[in-house]
Amino acid sequence: MIDTKWIGHRFATLRWEVEKGRLRFFAKAIGETRPEYTDEEAARAAGHPSLLAPPTILFSGPLDHDDVPKLLELLGINMNNILHGEQGFEYHAPIHAGDVLEFDGRITDITAKKGGALELITRETRVTNQRGELVGVVRNVIAVVNR
Amino acid sequence: MTKDFKNVQVGEPLPELRLPPVDRTMLALFAGASGDHVPLHIDTDFARRAGMPDVFAHGMLGMAWVGRLVTQWAPQRALRSFTVRFVAITHLGNAPVLSGKVVEILERNGERCARLDVQMANQFGQLKIQGDAIVALD
Repeated sequence: MIDTKWIGHRFATLRWEVEKGRLRFFAKAIGETRPEYTDEEAARAAGHPSLLAPPTILFSGPLDHDDVPKLLELLGINMNNILHGEQGFEYHAPIHAGDVLEFDGRITDITAKKGGALELITRETRVTNQRGELVGVVRNVIAVVNR
Repeated sequence: MTKDFKNVQVGEPLPELRLPPVDRTMLALFAGASGDHVPLHIDTDFARRAGMPDVFAHGMLGMAWVGRLVTQWAPQRALRSFTVRFVAITHLGNAPVLSGKVVEILERNGERCARLDVQMANQFGQLKIQGDAIVALD
């Protein structure tokens, strides 16, 4: 069982720059071909300061800092036993290439289900940009399957 | 991207999005592009040692596809929230079918919004991802 003392644990702030090349690669990988996501001139013509970041990109910032392996190590969980349970995003301001984001995450819940056969870890992460504006809140639930 | 949201009605369907079957190249590209390098999605030997028949799709690849469904219906700047539950594993050869509909018109933080039920199934109708999105209409 995961020790519930970790509920409330705050992670160090992670900084992540939204890079143009990364956005184009991400768009290609998900089959997104619309110009505001792939062509900077077209994005500008559509009123964006640069390429528009797609709705799920906020998941990638912390991943680049190995947030999941570090979380599993902290809680003593085997990578092979986890599944992605739920994912949610709240959007407060648009995100574009060139933005430098800060991620402030914490563990908000640890719950056992099915008599401990399944444990759910919930993290909530506030994301702000280089102007100090809140751009989003990310909610992530990892399911740990204890076999 | 311009859409007249004045007349959006509960029950209105989103235009369906059908995608090619999941293959290993898609998973390799998404691993690199997303930064999710978990070997269960890209290394067959690792996946088999972990008791899986083969590699399988990242949940977030499916969520990104559902995101395309939503942002082709409404511009991304109108998107207020987007939440999904990963219901079942998406296997190689599964051809994603993305669909959704308006289920509620509501007021949220002073804005008129639509709540969308969205989902990803495979070509056999098996549900993989279930979610909802809130989109501002004004």
